[in-house]
Amino acid sequence: MSPTSRDRVRSWITRESLDGFAQFENIVREIGSVADGALLFFQGRVRRTNRGRAVSRLSYEAYGEMAERELSDICREALERFDVGSVAAAHRVGDLALGEVSVAIAVTSEHRDAGYRASRWIIETIKVRLPVWKHEHYEDGDSHWVGAPIPDAGTLTGGTSPPLAASGPEGGELPAQPPLSVP
Amino acid sequence: MMDRISVRTLFFGVYGELAARREGSAELAADSTVADLVEALRGPGGFEWLPERVVVAVNQSYAEAGTILSDGDEVALIPPVAGG
Repeated sequence: MSPTSRDRVRSWITRESLDGFAQFENIVREIGSVADGALLFFQGRVRRTNRGRAVSRLSYEAYGEMAERELSDICREALERFDVGSVAAAHRVGDLALGEVSVAIAVTSEHRDAGYRASRWIIETIKVRLPVWKHEHYEDGDSHWVGAPIPDAGTLTGGTSPPLAASGPEGGELPAQPPLSVP
Repeated sequence: MMDRISVRTLFFGVYGELAARREGSAELAADSTVADLVEALRGPGGFEWLPERVVVAVNQSYAEAGTILSDGDEVALIPPVAGG
């Protein structure tokens, strides 16, 4: 009996710490299989500087249920697109200090190549699709919603996503962007 | 058959800050689309700062401009996402 994709995916949005490896190790032992010879683990952490500004802390806001569903969908799509055995992914919300883990992705696969490609695709897709917003607080007391226009820049021209072509994985594995609603 | 529908609107991230609210509601003609709602929200005395091309989710799924709205729908205005 082969496990369904639900059995092989675990994803969640949480206010609890994602620091450390142990909980992911335990999960992939549960949802992975001895057929998989590779485990790839990715952590995104709160970085000291962003675009040259000294960050003091971050807060993440999520569109709760939609974010849970999108993250689950992204993991399931990764199972379909890549030859991987299991996927576990989680994203933090709330206040995070420097160095804390904001996102973690574990992928098991029979061979390493599929694992590397899947892990990269998942993080890039999270960045364009997951309804999560980052409010950066700086050491000078200022704060800014990441991705939002700079307040002094005048008219908003938002609704755009980061230029993926410059940073995404190669080989036509760029994540699909959400549709833009054009009035 | 209703002539008017009412939808719940949600404002996330910087949109919540600019709108000075996290949620609201809007009344529209029956068979209005996402684009109609956005146009109404951007209208005079409204949220002129809403970009011309705004990402919208209807009932927690990304929607197209032409998506028809129904009474009671939950419509979220999605600023550029920044997860990771």
